Amino acid sequence: MTSPSAEPASVSGQEILLDVRNLQMHFPVTSGLVFQRTVGMVKAVDGVSFSIAKGETLGLVGESGCGKTTLGQCILRFHKPTSGEIHYQGEDLTQASGRRLRELRKDIQMVFQDPYSSLNPRMTAGQIIGEPLTIHRLAKGKTEERIAEIMSLVGLSPAMASRYPHEFSGGQRQRIGIGRALAVDPTFLVCDEAVSALDVSIQAQIINLLKDLQRKLGLTYLFIAHDLAVVRHVADRIAVMYLGHIVEIAPRDPIYDEPLHPYTQALLSAVPVPDPEVELTRPHVIITGEVPSPLNPPSGCVFHPRCPIADERCSQVTPELREVRPGHWAACLKV
Amino acid sequence: MTALLEIQDLQTHFQSDMGTVKAVDGVSYDVEAGETLAVVGESGCGKSVTALSVMRLIPSPPGRIVGGQVLYKGRDLLTLSNEEMRKIRGQEIGMIFQEPMTSLNPVLNIGKQLMEPLTQEMGMTKDQAHDRAVELLTSVEIPDPVRRLTQYPHHFSGGMRQRVMIAMALSGDPSVLIADEPTTALDVTVQAQILELMKQLTKQQGVALVIITHNLGVVARYADRVNVMYAGRVVERSSARSVYGTPRHPYTLGLMKSVPRLDHPPTDDLEQIDGQPPNLAALGAGCSFQERCNFALDKCAEERPELIEVTPAHYSACFVASELGNSPTNPIEVSTS
Repeated sequence: MTSPSAEPASVSGQEILLDVRNLQMHFPVTSGLVFQRTVGMVKAVDGVSFSIAKGETLGLVGESGCGKTTLGQCILRFHKPTSGEIHYQGEDLTQASGRRLRELRKDIQMVFQDPYSSLNPRMTAGQIIGEPLTIHRLAKGKTEERIAEIMSLVGLSPAMASRYPHEFSGGQRQRIGIGRALAVDPTFLVCDEAVSALDVSIQAQIINLLKDLQRKLGLTYLFIAHDLAVVRHVADRIAVMYLGHIVEIAPRDPIYDEPLHPYTQALLSAVPVPDPEVELTRPHVIITGEVPSPLNPPSGCVFHPRCPIADERCSQVTPELREVRPGHWAACLKV
Repeated sequence: MTALLEIQDLQTHFQSDMGTVKAVDGVSYDVEAGETLAVVGESGCGKSVTALSVMRLIPSPPGRIVGGQVLYKGRDLLTLSNEEMRKIRGQEIGMIFQEPMTSLNPVLNIGKQLMEPLTQEMGMTKDQAHDRAVELLTSVEIPDPVRRLTQYPHHFSGGMRQRVMIAMALSGDPSVLIADEPTTALDVTVQAQILELMKQLTKQQGVALVIITHNLGVVARYADRVNVMYAGRVVERSSARSVYGTPRHPYTLGLMKSVPRLDHPPTDDLEQIDGQPPNLAALGAGCSFQERCNFALDKCAEERPELIEVTPAHYSACFVASELGNSPTNPIEVSTS
């Protein structure tokens, strides 16, 4: 067994693309208008470790405020993490800066949630998709061809390149967002709630597109989402976050069929299944309360105030992620 | 089994730069006493506009109810005076909206907002209203209700605000509660709490609950009957079991297959419904789903199918309805000859 802080390697034998070690991202909370004093720390991400193999999709799920978006943003270096390491193809992203960081950022791209606010309304679809090419000085002289190629790749007609975002539907805009991410030929894509704002019938189109692109281009995904059914459909492995911590990480089917952590169990039970017959017989575990403030997280296990099986020890001891079954890690004293 | 609320051929149109948008284009459904009815559909299908029309809350201009009837206990709400309608809202039909933050007034404390209708509309004294408000907060399981009444909406979390909205909606002892996407803005664990609470309170008080949602899971877990809407019309209606077990409209069938499932591993790509919902300002004469439909016949483009009873208590607005749904996982080939 590995030491508690060195964690869940992915499926053995595969090349590791991203390896996150003990990552912490704390944001100061200040008070006062002029002389701002730090009055507290929001521990958005508090000691998270995981890795992603090349070509794999890791699903990252959790409720609002659990730190899943911040974690994704740390990998893209939108923030400089408070501590910890993010190894990307062996290189620590937290130490990179300047030109090297820009090079690395070309390889790691992001797809955002809101297809309305994430596209500049004054730029045409072609300009939006072409902008990363200019920034990274790629496809010089062949920009138009590259834009057309990308548009066909994401299922848009290249003839639409001169249209503005408002002329597209939500699903088509998300295709533009994906096209922009793919323009610079990245290896790794962070999809932050990339299908959450879309209607069911359109959502299926975008999910299929993302899976199709992964097969064609050999992409690796970190798929951040709150919808557990969507994640089951796209991810190979799944990490569950709660209040800045990963509480469980395992390959797809074990996490849905035999969840170990009480939070994962509650989360799965809370999601209604679109089948009245199944719903009649499914156990409904309804946990009480809401997610506490990350400004002042509970002691011990952060889930203990809402946990149906917590005892006294849970409020004192912080459980480490440990490998309960091969490849299936959970952070719970009672498991 | 009497229909408490009966919507008949309701038509609500909006004027826009692109012409008349037929947001609700001949919707009929009824709500029976004590049942939980779901209205399900995607953005822009008219499910919320139908509910707002029932409450006569359509902003006018640009909106206008141009036809149909809304019968509540036999009275047509569309013919009532504004004064009479005020009595209906809250005391006969309560409503809960999606955004608990924007539905509460941020500068008034919760107590004021809860007590206002009690004193103004129901003629309670201040003390009576206060006691009733405490009772209401207790019924929606908000701890420490006396102190909570003095607090403002920003002191409440999203889930707690939605509990306050439920308390408010039920304060006038309505017979019908319309909940428009009541849990869409909430996290799943809180969503489950709120839905359980709504179901339990409405069952207890014999209130008919209308849940308007896009979430097929919520419908499956909570609804007795379902109306599926598409492009301003009801395209399918039956018991939840029947709609999920044997969908009789190609749109419903497509929706069921395009939702990823939590309870079984993915087999292959999701089946998708290609294309997009039609422009409601430029609807053709035929079925509004025909462009995206795998089963469309030639006549679907010219003639609009009416909602008819295909099997007992199962209605569908589709020409091939009776041939659909015998095997929901594997739709039969429909000959288009």
